[in-house]
Amino acid sequence: MAETANSALHTVPPIALRRRITDHVMTGAAVLTVILVLVPLFAIFAYLVYRGIGSINWAFLTQTPKPVGEAGGGMANAIVGSAFILALASVIGVPVGVGAGIYLAEFGRNRFGDAIRFTADVLNGVPSIVIGIVAYSIVVLAQGHFSALAGGVALAIMMIPTISRTTEEMLLLVPQALREAAYGLGIPRWRTTLSITLRTATSGVITGIMLAFARVAGETAPLLFTTLGNQFWNLRVNEPTAALPLQIYTYALSPYDDWHRQAWAGAFVLIILIVTAIAAVRFAVRRGTFGAA
Amino acid sequence: MQAVPALRGGSGEMGDRIFKFAMLLCGVAVLGILVLIVYELILRSGDSWHAFGFKFFAGHDWDPVNEQFGALPFIYGTLVSSFLALLIAVPLSIGVAVFTTEMCPPVLRSPLSFFVELLAAIPSVVYGLWAIFVLIPILTNYVGPFFGRTLGWTGLFTGPFYGVSMFAAGIILAIMIVPIISSITREVLMVVPQHQREAALALGATRWEMIRVGVLRNARAGIMGGIILGLGRALGETMAVTMVIGNNPQIMKSLFAPGYTMASVLANEFSEATGAVYRSALIEIGLALFLVTIVVNALARLLVWTVTRGQPSRANG
Repeated sequence: MAETANSALHTVPPIALRRRITDHVMTGAAVLTVILVLVPLFAIFAYLVYRGIGSINWAFLTQTPKPVGEAGGGMANAIVGSAFILALASVIGVPVGVGAGIYLAEFGRNRFGDAIRFTADVLNGVPSIVIGIVAYSIVVLAQGHFSALAGGVALAIMMIPTISRTTEEMLLLVPQALREAAYGLGIPRWRTTLSITLRTATSGVITGIMLAFARVAGETAPLLFTTLGNQFWNLRVNEPTAALPLQIYTYALSPYDDWHRQAWAGAFVLIILIVTAIAAVRFAVRRGTFGAA
Repeated sequence: MQAVPALRGGSGEMGDRIFKFAMLLCGVAVLGILVLIVYELILRSGDSWHAFGFKFFAGHDWDPVNEQFGALPFIYGTLVSSFLALLIAVPLSIGVAVFTTEMCPPVLRSPLSFFVELLAAIPSVVYGLWAIFVLIPILTNYVGPFFGRTLGWTGLFTGPFYGVSMFAAGIILAIMIVPIISSITREVLMVVPQHQREAALALGATRWEMIRVGVLRNARAGIMGGIILGLGRALGETMAVTMVIGNNPQIMKSLFAPGYTMASVLANEFSEATGAVYRSALIEIGLALFLVTIVVNALARLLVWTVTRGQPSRANG
């Protein structure tokens, strides 16, 4: 008896040691992966801020581009153009996306709803360049020329699946008792959904819209052959329009140092817009203004 | 639901019907978008399909002047760059997810996942810009020569290395898909029941053994879903890849050589494509890319859904 206990004592330690070492090695490996992932993140942000702050100036924010090769000028028209295209996209995408979300949450607890849900998730993964081709086919070919509208349609198509899924998620968090209370008061279902359910979930729904917005704000590929770009100001729906991501792309690939500088400044402006949107969302979510809590 | 039908006026009934119909239209719009994409792509790639048939996907020549189009170099480039990205990104993402869910102090959990998800918020064109001016100089000066010396014998790292290459594309893609794979993996790890962990620990497992046996093994299907979702993103990624891959429609064995992908040929040539066959050949590439990503994404969604039971994913943005 004593002997077996003894031999057990003799054999166990090396195995335990090996297991402990493995445990430490794997922990170290996991820490290493975190470092390897965070290094590029900080490298990108640090370099972006460094180049961006050094490159941004008043002319960049207020002037239109100078002719090819000439130093100076700015991306003011592209910043406004991006805002314009995003506004068009939101006007088309937000109502449809929220509507689809309401359908899924209030009427879509069935197979048809599941089909829509699945389609939305799958649409989320369609490459943005393919969406660009479709917007080109249905808007540019129909109109006969490139336009801000085509870009807006492309971005709207990308916003709809995201918005519908987050809206659904948020509406489902609203307690069923609230709906029943409204029905009990004799309020029709449509009124209940709009004034009680949607109203309660407003901040959550807006969060979803902002996330979709942040996602398409930096999109370049679907704009390449829809809005095309423009050297001048444009706020007409039917004309080609400059957009910030397009301008960054063109300038980054150009051989001119001054255009590289402006590409960094443009990227800096773009990332500030996007990070602000996301930070605002996180802040709103943490504040817990959400009624379902 | 209709507790007091007698009190509900005709206008309410009518309003309900109109409302439900309007919302149904929005829901149908989601299906409509998918149908529209399929319809337009098939319709407008018809010319190319009639001219080349299946040979389109096996041909090496991409010659717009003589109207000879074969998509193989682009398919090859898309597959190789995406698999290279997965090779780098999968271990990193799983490591990050395991660390954030199982190992890290609770205070760090939220900021860490926020930082990793910030990577997903950076626009593709900004990745491309950074890759051109920061990543590529590092690769040409340090990483490239090192790989050439140590792994040159494989034939994958030979020839002159000018930075723009399949290698650079794979690395930038890897950085871009890490947040997708790791956030899905994290989600999946978090739904593994706590008692699985407790049971493993009670049997005397070390923390790593608990993770391996109790957590990772239970989450296999979901992690696979996350990886496939990352693959879908890598296949369709356009701007950053177009900016660093070199845009050369030839199949080269060496990863140091420039390549071309399906998405980047569309980005470069679509707006300048003259001639019906040329444009329709490009749209056919778009159609192929679309079909592949649809299949890949549907597969990934099904895998993730089976684990999280249809809960809408928070990480698909």
